[in-house]
Amino acid sequence: MLTFIFRRLLLAIPTLVLISLIIFLLLDLAPGDPLADQPLSIPPEVRQKMRDALGLDSPAYVRYLLWAKQFFWVEPLYFIDWAIGTNFSDGLQRIVSWQFRAPVFDIIVQRVPQTLWVVGLAYLVGVMIALPIGIISAYKQYSWFDQVGTFVSMIGFSVPPFFSGVLMIVFFAIMLPWFPSIYDTTLVVHDFESFGQQVRQMTLPVMVLALQTTAQLSRFMRASMLDNLNHDYVRTARAKGMTEKVVLLVHVLRNSMIPVVTVIALGIPSIFGGAIITEQIFKVNGLGQLLITAIYANDLPMVQTLAFIFAVLIVLCNLIADVLYGLLDPRIRYD
Amino acid sequence: MTDAPVLVPATGPDTSGRSQWWDVWDQFKTHKGALFGAAVFLFIVLAVTLGPLVWTLEPTFIDIRARNSGPTLVHPFGTDQLGRDILARMMAGGQVSIAVGLTAMLISVLLGTLIGVTSGYFRRLDNVLMGLTNLFLALPLLPLLLVMVMLFRETLARSFGPEMGTFILIVSAIGVTSWMQTARIVRGEVLALKEREFVLAARSIGTPPRRMILRHVLPNVLSPIMVSATLGIATAIITESALSFLGLGFPPDFPTWGRLLFDAVDYLQQYPERVFWPGLAISLTVLSVNYIGDGLRDALDPRIRGR
Repeated sequence: MLTFIFRRLLLAIPTLVLISLIIFLLLDLAPGDPLADQPLSIPPEVRQKMRDALGLDSPAYVRYLLWAKQFFWVEPLYFIDWAIGTNFSDGLQRIVSWQFRAPVFDIIVQRVPQTLWVVGLAYLVGVMIALPIGIISAYKQYSWFDQVGTFVSMIGFSVPPFFSGVLMIVFFAIMLPWFPSIYDTTLVVHDFESFGQQVRQMTLPVMVLALQTTAQLSRFMRASMLDNLNHDYVRTARAKGMTEKVVLLVHVLRNSMIPVVTVIALGIPSIFGGAIITEQIFKVNGLGQLLITAIYANDLPMVQTLAFIFAVLIVLCNLIADVLYGLLDPRIRYD
Repeated sequence: MTDAPVLVPATGPDTSGRSQWWDVWDQFKTHKGALFGAAVFLFIVLAVTLGPLVWTLEPTFIDIRARNSGPTLVHPFGTDQLGRDILARMMAGGQVSIAVGLTAMLISVLLGTLIGVTSGYFRRLDNVLMGLTNLFLALPLLPLLLVMVMLFRETLARSFGPEMGTFILIVSAIGVTSWMQTARIVRGEVLALKEREFVLAARSIGTPPRRMILRHVLPNVLSPIMVSATLGIATAIITESALSFLGLGFPPDFPTWGRLLFDAVDYLQQYPERVFWPGLAISLTVLSVNYIGDGLRDALDPRIRGR
């Protein structure tokens, strides 16, 4: 198992390098000029000096290697310095955002909590709702509960987040003014009242994202349960005189969770992608919104770094899913 | 051992003049949701294509005095902030959205089938092509789509005109980023097919690979391709609407459902009903297409058929 993980980690490195190269080459075609918003009164020779300072005129491979060095070497050093108080990284240039004139990672660190709170909580809520629904609809196949569950998850599949989010705003923020439609990031939770406010402003985005997760996962859970319910070991367990509760929740559930757990792991990066739209609707200033503004502002270092972080998440979650599958299912052995 | 071949009279209905597609249709008919979905999808397609012949108001005609009007007899869905008729805009937008969905699906299915069949059939190419597929699966697609649209919009708009340029860009961007699932499914099916006797028989009489693929392999992988094609329409429509919703789709005077929704969000406080129509159209189309895909999956599976 350990050798498998090690091999997969080694294999992930060329994949990630290739992905970062693809993202870089795509961005390299960008027509925008990062100095376009500087005043026109800057004399051309000064402008040229600014271009040199940003390294814009050096060949593509130099810029790529520079970015790679900054991402894989300088930024981890900074992190180590920050964590244990050393100063390895003195005098090394970090990745600087053109738009904020500040290190990219400082801005990302500011934005991560919002995304994690909203998206992470939504994913958790979605999983919590989806699993019982899937179990019950499989156990009572073709009952009215199952039919309703199928229909609701079809709707969850079909209604895109940019419509369900807007609908939620119309119903629960405009017609019934229960929840705010805009996420207030400056809110500091210090007492009971501000906590309630935080919960209220998180409700709508979490609901929108959770609907998506629930729709997919509950279908998957149902299919996996149905697969297992017809196996011989279920009949054996019943013949031994076990209660239905034990049969269902101990024997069948444990076996059907194997593929579901991997799907949950695989869904984590895609939820970050879906969050781009949801964050835009509810004005949550998380990572997705940061990416959109960076794309609009032609802030290439920011876009490059963020897109690459998303790619790392995807590769990492794929790896986790594979490892989990091997750990949970004794029939699967990676030698 | 007397293995004299017993001539079994053909059981079942007489197959003369009755292709297998009738069986598929018979099975498809029993799936209520799929039938209903097909009817709804047909209705939407007819409404957006033939609708403008009946409802002759121009979607770009500005009647500034009738702006922001609610549903009336003259404007059944009301008008927008410039007094353009929303019903006409919905039909024009639907044409674009559905055209984008169909074209992007075609590109993605063609690419997926090509890569899937090649990688399943030719063992030497398998590693490279599947590596490529896995690489694409690991790419953060929505961010890359946004970047692609942002980067190439100007260039393509200059050479093909703003509308056609954006159409080509969005369709190819969606197609290029959504072929991976089809490729994987098709490759799996082809790998399984290669072990079957009829393929061995065809190869032993010296069928060249090209005819092998076209005559023996492709017809047998048609059903998963058709199912993923149907579902591909739904994802393509949603992706296009998402791009338009983020403001990176078609130009503002060129309506699509996603764009109409995006424009309506600005007036959410005053006219919340305006977001309803485009959103409903997108959701209904996607829902009906998903149901059709569901029914097709059952109908094309011969193990389920006839049950």
